[in-house]
Formats: sequence, structure tokens, C-alpha cells
Amino acid sequence: MSLVNEIDYGTPASLSGKMVTLTIDGNEVTVPEGTSLMRAAMEAGIQVPKLCATDMVDAFGSCRLCLIEIEGRNGTPASCTTPAMEGLVVHTQTKRLKDIRKGVMELYISDHPLDCLTCAANGDCELQDMAGAVGLRDVRYGYEGDNHVFAKSDGHANDRWMPKDESNPYFTYDPAKCIVCSRCVRACEEVQGTFALTIEGRGFSSRVSSGMHENFLDSECVSCGACVQACPTATLTEKSVIQIGQPEHSKITTCAYCGVGCSFKAEMRGEELVRMVPYKDGKANRGHSCVKGRFAYGYSTHKDRILNPMIREKITDPWREVSWDEAYKYVANEFRRIQYQYGRNSIGGITSSRCTNEETFLVQKLVRAGFGNNNVDTCARVCHSPTGYGLKTTFGTSAGTQDFDSVEHSDVVMVIGANPTDGHPVFASRLKKRLRKGAKLIVVDPRRIDLVRSPHISAAQHLQLRPGTNVAVVTSLAHVIVTEGLFDEKFIRERCDWDEFQDWAAFVSSPEHSPEAIEGLTGVNPQTLREAARLFATGGNGAIYYGLGVTEHSQGSTTVMAIANLAMATGNIGRKGVGVNPLRGQNNVQGSCDMGSFPHELPGYRHVSDESTRDIFDRLWGVKIQDEPGLRIPNMLDAAVDGTFKGIYIQGEDILQSDPDTKHVAAGLQAMECVVVHDLFLNETANYAHVFLPGSTFLEKDGTFTNAERRINRVRKVMSPLNGYADWEVTQNLAKAMGLNWNYTHPSQIMDEIALTTPSFAGVSYDLLEKEGSVQWPCNEKAPLGTPIMHINGFARGKGKFIRTEYVATDERTGPRFPLLLTTGRILSQYNVGAQTRRTDNVMWHEEDRLEIHAHDAENRGIRDGDWVKISSRSGETTLRALITDRVSPGVVYTTFHHPTTQANVITTDFSDWATNCPEYKVTAVQVGASNGPSDWQVQYDEQARQSRRIKILDAAE
Amino acid sequence: MQSASTDTANRAIGIIDQFKGLEGPLLPILHELQGEFGYVPKETLPLIAHALNLSRAEVYGVFSFYHDYRDHPAGRHVLKLCRAEACQSMGGDALADRARQLLGIDWHGTTTDGAVTLEPVYCLGLCACAPAAMLDGEVIGRLDSERLDEIAAEVRL
Repeated sequence: MSLVNEIDYGTPASLSGKMVTLTIDGNEVTVPEGTSLMRAAMEAGIQVPKLCATDMVDAFGSCRLCLIEIEGRNGTPASCTTPAMEGLVVHTQTKRLKDIRKGVMELYISDHPLDCLTCAANGDCELQDMAGAVGLRDVRYGYEGDNHVFAKSDGHANDRWMPKDESNPYFTYDPAKCIVCSRCVRACEEVQGTFALTIEGRGFSSRVSSGMHENFLDSECVSCGACVQACPTATLTEKSVIQIGQPEHSKITTCAYCGVGCSFKAEMRGEELVRMVPYKDGKANRGHSCVKGRFAYGYSTHKDRILNPMIREKITDPWREVSWDEAYKYVANEFRRIQYQYGRNSIGGITSSRCTNEETFLVQKLVRAGFGNNNVDTCARVCHSPTGYGLKTTFGTSAGTQDFDSVEHSDVVMVIGANPTDGHPVFASRLKKRLRKGAKLIVVDPRRIDLVRSPHISAAQHLQLRPGTNVAVVTSLAHVIVTEGLFDEKFIRERCDWDEFQDWAAFVSSPEHSPEAIEGLTGVNPQTLREAARLFATGGNGAIYYGLGVTEHSQGSTTVMAIANLAMATGNIGRKGVGVNPLRGQNNVQGSCDMGSFPHELPGYRHVSDESTRDIFDRLWGVKIQDEPGLRIPNMLDAAVDGTFKGIYIQGEDILQSDPDTKHVAAGLQAMECVVVHDLFLNETANYAHVFLPGSTFLEKDGTFTNAERRINRVRKVMSPLNGYADWEVTQNLAKAMGLNWNYTHPSQIMDEIALTTPSFAGVSYDLLEKEGSVQWPCNEKAPLGTPIMHINGFARGKGKFIRTEYVATDERTGPRFPLLLTTGRILSQYNVGAQTRRTDNVMWHEEDRLEIHAHDAENRGIRDGDWVKISSRSGETTLRALITDRVSPGVVYTTFHHPTTQANVITTDFSDWATNCPEYKVTAVQVGASNGPSDWQVQYDEQARQSRRIKILDAAE
Repeated sequence: MQSASTDTANRAIGIIDQFKGLEGPLLPILHELQGEFGYVPKETLPLIAHALNLSRAEVYGVFSFYHDYRDHPAGRHVLKLCRAEACQSMGGDALADRARQLLGIDWHGTTTDGAVTLEPVYCLGLCACAPAAMLDGEVIGRLDSERLDEIAAEVRL
């Protein structure tokens, strides 16, 4: 094993199709026009010395080290800023160049500490490398003069010296080591798009400054790590590297946070993770990362992790640690007993969107083949199930249509109900890069998210609608497009059913769907809406990206179909730069849906009533799969309360915290006789569990995740599971204890079984993934290397289907008792229920959930910023602290759900999407008032949680 | 009554609004703020950033790049002496020493009575009339020690 070394070409690749041929140091090189001489040289294997250039950012030409000579031209131009041209003859090493470079390096080193042996970057320092490359042997200038290196000179304080900034929990900034190459500043601007860094002063006084000479934590920095990655010295260094030292080997793996699915190099020293570095060949992230994937992996070794299986007869008992065998036997016996006593359908399982495809496949297989029913569901139920339903109905495939690279070709981007800069930060950075190049943005969101206006980008239109009125707004956009004749008739006639279109067009054209008619309902200015519709229909390649603000509504599926209608009507499907793109919440929510986690669908979205599909599995597994759909999560809980559902195996999901109407979930779990939780931590659901099976992290197993662009990415094991077993092994052992004859020795065998049974995965194998890095399904005979963009020459279902999307107001309404609308969301530094991120230093950015409330609503209620407030709905109440802001409109309040002490889902109701039961998290009528502190419920809950987390300590004598 | 900081913000916002429509509005805004306040109050930088949709860092980067923008008030008068080559060759060094002696301050210093701030400047473009100086924005050519004495006395009045 060794470090995965990536070549730094110095400047970004040119996309030109025209090739030019030139000679560099006697080698003939052919490169695309516009390629820098530096990159052209590197492609020929010739490394020109450089400091300020790196291929993640544009050339800058400031370090004066990469100079070259060109025959027939005067001077010594910088190779990073000089483009390759036909017939040039370039020399990178001449006497003159060597002298210049040595002189330049001498100047650099005269203001740089010579503590290489004890420096954190020792072994990974470009300055050190370049000093070696140019043959620097001494520095004639000495080190006594003006410098930034020493805190004191001649016994006096050195004004130029600045202390280390250690405010960021994950990296340090040591100005004494800075050579002011501006790579960090440019990475922050060009790659991340935050513009948090600058060079202050000028000349010898130039320094890198975060914000306005603030420390990093107080500045605009979002801790994405792009600057640290760009830094050629030890100036910006991961604290983990300072603490541990340089890694000695690395493996490519996939981040386990959001649905972007970034590829990382896990850089290791033995089994110790030194750092995660985004991988430039990762096709989802292209070498970029966010604070979560880059830094927030500390939970994997957190002391709260449970490493031994535990059992208890009653949930009021303390936990008792047992052997794995005892745990498996206990679960198998209990599940069999329950089925004997209450019937075959009295148990079920929940697969996890956090686990690998292979693990998810096994859990549904355990339910279908082992439990003998279809009672399997997944957390996608509470997030993107409407996406699956809506896109399957209209296009024929339950997935997004594009790859992330597609955004580089978009001209108009509509973001609906998503907050990419917080929820999907790496995609947001790619989107912002495109916006800075001139693409237009339309935001449809009740809240003024950062994309609406932040440095160098601003939305052309922000439709700030009232929560719950998505369908009305999207249908109204269609109204404008149809009535103003802006639809793409050619596309529709070719690709869609023309009669269905006409029916739909007549429906949306009716005056009650006009922007003017719906204004009272949605609160959206009709003129703004009309302009947004015109822009989308006529602005070029139009792409729609949407998130949970679309799906988590009583009309979630309807909105998804309305979005699909809009894309079809404007001809924005089936090529680069367009499409309908759900931003998936979790790393493998796409995969868990693909793997047959739903009660009505076998892997590959095939209905359980389809005999030929059942046949494939029946024959392979030697069972008879039920032909009726099983129970969904809410149905399981209802059945539990009714007394007909008694046992459940939950892998990696905290339904108590993440599912709506916490009290109902608690009642359901309490009514069961055997709740098995398989997780990293004693999560909130585990408070109601009888068996706890320790889980493993993504660092501890092999497998695959499928991201929001259908990309199947490898997850690679870099350390042994602390708990002893990867999750797929635990599921397999449990299956064996229940009498199933499973003998997988590696997840690749599970993938082979998936490929064998599922047409859209037919071509997928670990060998292929090894070769290609990743593939996007469908991957089969027709598309052996996968499908980056779907529906290119026609829709998967044949003709695209237009569907009438009538707006029906949710039953959750405001009234005198509950006059405000609560909507919920995510914040950059935290992730979902926070089980992982709360156990990392990310809490420095967000230590508690806050309630965002408009100043008008706050003033009416006598609430000041930071006050404790009580928020109550028809379901329940909780308390948290207020944050007064104009991001939300009057009448709307907003909070995150990352912290269990807040339990925002105590308030959310059990209303759900009509088609898929996806809960209506995004709309709850609430009242907000001043409060003295935690509610009774919170106090009781804390006590119950504390009680239920007790683990019995065995006496040493026993 | 408005607090001092609200007053600063209001005056700054007025200036920013007036100039933000220009092409390349940042330098004119910084000039005008310095004209208004005698320096660029640091708390106005985020206001500029917000209005121009820039980051705080960017505005600070530009502000700190130009020596002319101050981050604190100067004395009632500002005397700039040219320290560039032409003026040096015409006896600028001696005048510079004399100025510092007369005023009792070093470069960038302000006299304790707040009367005058002394600043070096690198070329006023008056090389033909070297040595050159600038007092409160008015250029002075062929500066000599008598004229310097007069200035030192004037500014103390």
C-alpha cells in the first residue's frame, strides 16, 4: 500500500477541441488549444518548478519560479500564464532560468523559518521540494533583516510577526510560514465560492487575511478545507496532521454524509485516519469538499460508540452486554416467537440510507426471505419517496436525470425547496461557479437562503412562497409558459404524448392557475412569478434542482410531477445542462431505494405484484415472496399501537428523532416486544430497544454508495471495525441464526447478486468500479459504462407523461391558536439527527437548534434575540432559543432538527404525502411564545433517555 | 438619540447608496467615506460588502492595499513629503529629517495636540519641481526649509 499520488498539472485543463503541437525540452507534445505551457510540460512528464500554481485554480503568475524560455521570443515568461501554441519550441531548464529560479527561491527562503525537521508539512511541502529542485544551497541575504518569521528581533517585538490562528477546530493558520502565493485565497474564491480570504496590505506587508483581519472562526470561512488543500507549505495545516504526522498510505473512498457522494482519499497511518482529502478524479466533487466530509469524521472513534451487543428484557431495565452469538440467538428466538404468536406479518425491518447498497440489499432480503413478508421500509420514506413516485410516473425512472457535471452547461437553474449551500455544499460550490460565469438563478423557497444573495451571486428571481403552496406556484409557472406560448412544441410532439399535453395545457391555462389568482394563497408577487417563468422557458438550458422542501409535503408527489411537467413542457430533458435533479439528503438514499427497500418494490423498482420479477428472486433464494406490499414505517407504527406488529430490526436509522410526531413513534415502539437497533450509538430510538447491535462506520467496511446522480461509488475499508463486524456481516449472522443459508465472504458477492437480479445494475461489478472509478446506473448491455444523462433519445417509460397537478391545501392550517407556519431545514455544519456531527468539533458552529423568526412576529410576542421560546403545535410543544432574522417572512418560522434536546419533531404532525406517506415536515401550524426553559415533555424525555441508556457494569468477580 | 455607531452607519449607507451604481464603485465609495469621516471606519466595510455583494474579506483587501485609506482619524492637517528618487536627489532627505524634528513625530505619526499627521508619499508626479510636498491635498513644489518652517508654524495655529 502506498499514498495515492495525484499529479498536479499546475493549471486547469482546457476544454478546447482544437489541438496544437509544440516542443518542450526536445519532446513533441500535443495538447488542446488554451492549455498552459506548464500543463503541457507536465503532460509530457516534465515538471516545471512552481509555487503559486495548482490545477484546482486558474493561473496567477506571481511566484516567478515557473519561468521558461521560448525560442524566438524575448524574456522569460511564466509557463503557467503562457498558452501553448502550434510550433513553439520551449526550454524549461537553461542556465539563465536556473539562476533566476535560484535567486527567487533564495528570496523566499530568506523570510521563511528553517524548522523543516519539526514542521508538520515535512515530507509534504512544495516549498521544500522546490528548494531541492532548484538546488538552493545557501541564502546570501541572511535572516536578520525585516521578516515575518520571528516574534522578536534584537530583543524587540517584531511588528510584522503574527501569531498562529488556531481558532478553527480542524486546521491552523501560521502566518510565519506563509509565502503569500495566494493559492488559498484563490481556492476560496474559485473552488468554494465563499471569498472569505484576501491578501491584506501590499508589498512586503502582504499577508493572507481571513475576513477583515479576523480569526478564521469569526470570518466568513465555512471550513471547506479548499485552502488547506491548496497551501503549498505548512501555513494552513490540518490539526490532525500536526498531531499525528504525515500519512503513509491512502485509499479512495466515498463520503458518508449527503447525497453528493464526494470521493475522498482517506490518508492513513496504519489504521489511524490522518486526514480526508478530496479526490480530484472523483466525478461528483472534482476535488472539492465541505466541512463535514473533509473534517467531521471524529465520530468514528468517539467514546460514545457502543462496541458490544447488548440486550434487555424490558426497556426500563439497564442494558446488559452479551456476546454476539447470544445477541443473534436472542433476536432469532424472539422474532420467531413473535411470528408464531402474532402471525408472519407481525415483524419487519428498516433499511438505512447511511449503509451501503450491499447492506441494504441484505436487510430487505432478510425481511423478504427470512421474515417471509414485505414489511421493509427505509428512511427515504420520510424524504425522497415522492421523488421516486413522481419521476417514475412521468419519466419512467425513479431518479434524477443528470450528472453533477451537467450544471457546468446550464444557463438557467431553478432551485426549489433546497438549500444547497448548507445541505449539499459541494454541489452548491459547483453551481455558484457556473452562476459567476453568467448562468441565471431562480430560487423558490419560503426562506431567503444564501443562494438568493451572497458574494458574487444573486438570484434573478426569488419566489418567496408560503410553505405548503409549491404545487400552486409550479403549476402557475406552467400557466405562464403555456398561455404565453413559451413551451417547446417540437420536443413535446417528439417525446411526449401530445393528447396528454393538450389536456394538461388546458388544465394549467385555466385562469385560476394564473400568478395573479394564486397570489393571495402563495404570497408570491405575480410579476416576479411571470418573469421567472419566462426566464426559465427562454433562457437556454434550464435545469431544476430540488430538495426536501418539495417532497416533504402533503402534496410532495404532486410537486415532483409538476416539476417534471415543467421540464418536459420547456424541452429541458435529455441533454447536458438541463434535467430534473433531486438533491438527495443522505449518502445512499438513492441506493437504498434502488435496492428494494420499499414494501411494494423489489430491487430495481419492480412491483412485488409482478410475478416474473418475484420469480427471479424466488428461484435464487429458494423462497416464495409475498405478492402483496408490506407495511410502510407509519403503518408499522400504527399496527404496533393496534397490537398487531410486535418486532422490528432497524439498521442505522433513528426513527424516533427523524420521523414526524415523536410521541406517536414512541408509542409504537413502546408497544413492540422486540425492537432491535443496529447503530453506532445509543440513539434516541434505542431508548425503546430491547437489543442493540453495534454498527460499523463507512471507514470500516467495503461496499458501494449510490449518490443523487445515480453514481455508484466504492466505499473502501481503511480500518478494522471497532465493533468487530461490518454491518453486512451482522445482518448475515442474524440471518444465519434465523436459519438462512447465507455465505457471503465479501460485499462484491452481494453486488454480483444484485447485478444478476436487477436489470439496471446488470453490468455493475467491483471489477468495473475498480476500472472506471464509478458508474451511473442504468449500467447494462445497452450502457456498459453507465448512463450519465438519462432519457436522451426518449423517456424510459416511452412517452413522457403530463399529469394534471391540482393544488389541494394541506389540512394543516394556521388559525387563531396556531397562527405561524413552521418549516424545517438543515445547516452546513450539522447533519440530519446529528448523531455523527454532534460528536465532532462541528458543534463549534452550531451547538443548538435555533428558531428563526421575523422581527415583526418576535416583537408582537415580546421576544428578543436569544430568548428561550416555546413553540407549540397541535401535536406537541418544545422549547428552544430564538434567532431574529429577515431570512424568513412574517408568518413563517424556521428551525433545524439536529439536536435531540430540541426534538423539533415533537411538533410536526402526522399529515403526509397522499401517494407515498412522506411526512409533511415542512408545514406545521404553530404558536410561539416566551418561555422560561425546557418544556415538561423535554424534561421527562431527558430523564427517560438517561434511564434507558444505563449499561449494567458487571462486577469484576463475576 | 442615535448612538454614534448608528450615526456612522447611516452616513456611510447614504454615501454607499449614492455611488454603488457606478461602474467599479468600490474605490469611489472608500474615497468618499474618507472624505466624510477623515478615515474609513472599519465598521463601514461590511456595509460596503453587503451593498456591493462582495465579501468582507474582499473589501478589506482593497481597503488595506492603498496606503491612502486610513483606519483611524488623522490630525487636523496632513502633510505628505515625497520620498521618491527625484525628490531625494534634490535634498528631500534633509527636508524629511527637518520635518520630523520640527513636528516631533516620526512617519505616520500625529502630533500630540492633534494638529498634524506626517506621511511619506512615493511620488506626487511633481518631479520637475522637486522636492515636493502636499498639505491637505494641495501640492507644494520646490519645498525648502523656510517654507517647511512656515508650514510647521501654520499647522499649529
